[in-house]
Amino acid sequence: MVATFEPKTDYKVVGTRPIRHDGYDKVTGRAIYGADVKLPGLIWAVCVRSPHAHANIKSIDTSAAEAHEGVFAVITGADMPKAESKLVDLGEGNINFKWASNKLMADKKVLYRGHPVAAIAAIDRYTAEEAARKVVVEYEVLPSVTNVVDALKDDAPIILPDMVGDDLGEDVTNTNMAAHVRHEFGDVAGAMASAAHTVEREYNMQMVHQGYIEPQNATATWDEEDRIKIWTSTQGAFPARTQIAGILQVDVSRVKVTPTEIGGGFGGKIPVYFEPLAAILSKKSQRPVKMVMERTAVFETTGPTPGARMIVKLGADANGKLTAATADIWFEAGANPGAFIGPAAMCIYAPYEIPNTRIDGWDVLVNKPKVAPYRAPGSPQVAFAMESAVNELCENAGWDPLNFRIDNASKEGTRRGDGVLFSKIGMQEVLEATKESAHWNAPIGDAPEGKVRGRGIASGYWFNIGLKSSANLAVNSDGTVQLTEGSTDIGGSRTSMAMHVAEVLGIGAHDVRPTVGDTESIGYTDVTGGSRTTYATGYACWIAANNLVDVLKERVAVLWDINKDDVEFNDGSFSSKAEAQKTIGFKELAGKLDDLGGPANSTGSVDLESAGDGFGMHIADIEIDLATGKSDIIRYTAVQDVGTAIHPAYVEGQLQGGSAQGIGWALNEEYYMQDDGKMANSSFLDYRMPTTLDLPLIETVLVEVPNPLHPYGVRGVGETPICPPIPAIANAINDAIGKRLYNTPMNAGSILKALK
Amino acid sequence: MATVFLPYALRKYADGAERVEIAAKTLGELIDNLEAAYPGTGDHLVEEGRLKPGLAAIVGHMATRRGLLQKLEPDTEVHFITAISGGSGVIDNSRN
Repeated sequence: MVATFEPKTDYKVVGTRPIRHDGYDKVTGRAIYGADVKLPGLIWAVCVRSPHAHANIKSIDTSAAEAHEGVFAVITGADMPKAESKLVDLGEGNINFKWASNKLMADKKVLYRGHPVAAIAAIDRYTAEEAARKVVVEYEVLPSVTNVVDALKDDAPIILPDMVGDDLGEDVTNTNMAAHVRHEFGDVAGAMASAAHTVEREYNMQMVHQGYIEPQNATATWDEEDRIKIWTSTQGAFPARTQIAGILQVDVSRVKVTPTEIGGGFGGKIPVYFEPLAAILSKKSQRPVKMVMERTAVFETTGPTPGARMIVKLGADANGKLTAATADIWFEAGANPGAFIGPAAMCIYAPYEIPNTRIDGWDVLVNKPKVAPYRAPGSPQVAFAMESAVNELCENAGWDPLNFRIDNASKEGTRRGDGVLFSKIGMQEVLEATKESAHWNAPIGDAPEGKVRGRGIASGYWFNIGLKSSANLAVNSDGTVQLTEGSTDIGGSRTSMAMHVAEVLGIGAHDVRPTVGDTESIGYTDVTGGSRTTYATGYACWIAANNLVDVLKERVAVLWDINKDDVEFNDGSFSSKAEAQKTIGFKELAGKLDDLGGPANSTGSVDLESAGDGFGMHIADIEIDLATGKSDIIRYTAVQDVGTAIHPAYVEGQLQGGSAQGIGWALNEEYYMQDDGKMANSSFLDYRMPTTLDLPLIETVLVEVPNPLHPYGVRGVGETPICPPIPAIANAINDAIGKRLYNTPMNAGSILKALK
Repeated sequence: MATVFLPYALRKYADGAERVEIAAKTLGELIDNLEAAYPGTGDHLVEEGRLKPGLAAIVGHMATRRGLLQKLEPDTEVHFITAISGGSGVIDNSRN
């Protein structure tokens, strides 16, 4: 049975906003990121990358590079261990080591522009770059495909000739279709045929990147005992270890991963890139090897999120009730299998109760970098299609889009598109909060001359995961507590973890000193991703803190020469059940531990099912210049069921960050591909992401419906807020100019074209 | 009896049925009994004595973390879906 908890409200630490523990180090530049790692004898390595998106490698001559002064080692695909084709769970997602290895270093064929064909380690970065230019590669250039339509044509070039695709359970060969899945429930055809109102539209989205500030990096040593040590910027030291060990074909115990501070990831730093290459180069050179990626390579070779083609059809009865829905979804996987068809299917219909549904999804290879998770992978794409279609259905039938969503909202007992039944969820509360929000009830105001304004709404969903987490506690003699936990800290999670511990122990958040452990100092912990960290690692911290109370009760029993069962603990103070005047505070007891048995330590670990379904609703006000098509978001509000907000400022930050990324995705961001498969905008100058100057302050409404699966009611929050912005903006544009856009990005050019 | 919602790709083994009733006390027993009733289904669900990588079993409302050892309440629902977020196929990823 899964444990459930009654909601509480009388917290002392939970719900407060302490300054983050890592704040001073980060704002003063003291924090150690991957690029800051220095080791004695450290050398640098760079990759030689393919200039072609698709080509056979006829030959590679590395002799001149190897002879270059200052070069210590050169590797090519021939140096990569031959990883077996086997699917392994990674926590949030899975990995086939054969494809993962092939992605890092081409063997006989390059599959995307920038695909590494060799790597060179030298005395410094510049020497390595100079030597890299001496590697001679002879290519046989092949036709490339960079979108799902071209990739599935009968005469399309086959990217992975040895791949066997899965078409509804049947093997298919000589194809770029890695998988075709279907979910179908009810009488879809019958319900659609009898619907009073229908809408059917096609939507297309370009591939976009997470756009984290810090590029990928790794420093590795491979020593004489075949022990591999890695320092890297990763969203999960243990999943990184699993990948590195699998690609290098060594036991996991041979690999130690030390996570450095991380300058953003959003899912993109779950896969490894440089770590195995740096390790092999270290083995060859017998030196520590460091690699730091250039921005162009980050765009061209690290996992973006899939571009998509989607066709959605909705049917509703005359009373405004959804009766049927179908969705056909094609996602770009990049050059190796594994787009996010599964979660797309889980999310597309989640905000609604629809009795008859079908979803078909195709995972399609293209000559682009292999996709990686990006904040609710798969959900923003299908939210764009579904939420746009819902609004168009409402417009055509004359229904209010918010009331329509309230009338059709999913609730306990509703089935998702993949058939899974919802337990208690907060979609209806979110919709009611939206209806009551200041933004929804405020007029949009008059636009200046030459401009028009529009308002759009959209909902979004992410299922939020649980999985494995570990935490250790140790009491210091000054009454503080050392916390070591396994979740790499991207968004301030160390402080949230400390707050979990502090709440149990009755001490302040800053009396807990949190540290992120490496793979040899803490138990297995899954990725920082899937909106799981505060939920699962926080839960492990809560268990560790309660276990620590138990340990300390034994020490108090020694102190007072009573039975442990006669010791009580409340609000940071131990007392005797028999003699109420006997009390001792946590801090005072910490100073006496040397005489009571020595160090007081504890541990906590979990493997949890779910972080509770996350629903959000966004309101976007847009202003459009009719002469130029330029748009400005003039007001934006994110409403979300967040469970209990442990640190409300962090929760608000997650909603604001997700909204900002979704707005950039909606309006500007895209992989602008040339015909030869080259990305034409692989720099932050040309890949246009919104800055603080582009956005208003994102307003947030935290709907706190405590999650009964967590002791404090925590629910995953980080991913849901990137789902509604794209359709909310599409709906706002339609409201402003009376034209609906079906493709992203909805930039000035697209708007201007629609206006003509 | 547990109600098993068959992934679309497995419905061909059960004459197109969307869901079937299977008696079992654990998830492992359920898959064994499903295979006995509808031969061919088991290979899609189990590999090397464990749930196939990339596959998650939803028991009731929750993705079980106990694998084949998961105990089943009477009248519970069981779904087999893509594990979390990374995979692409309900039953299997592509392979070679």
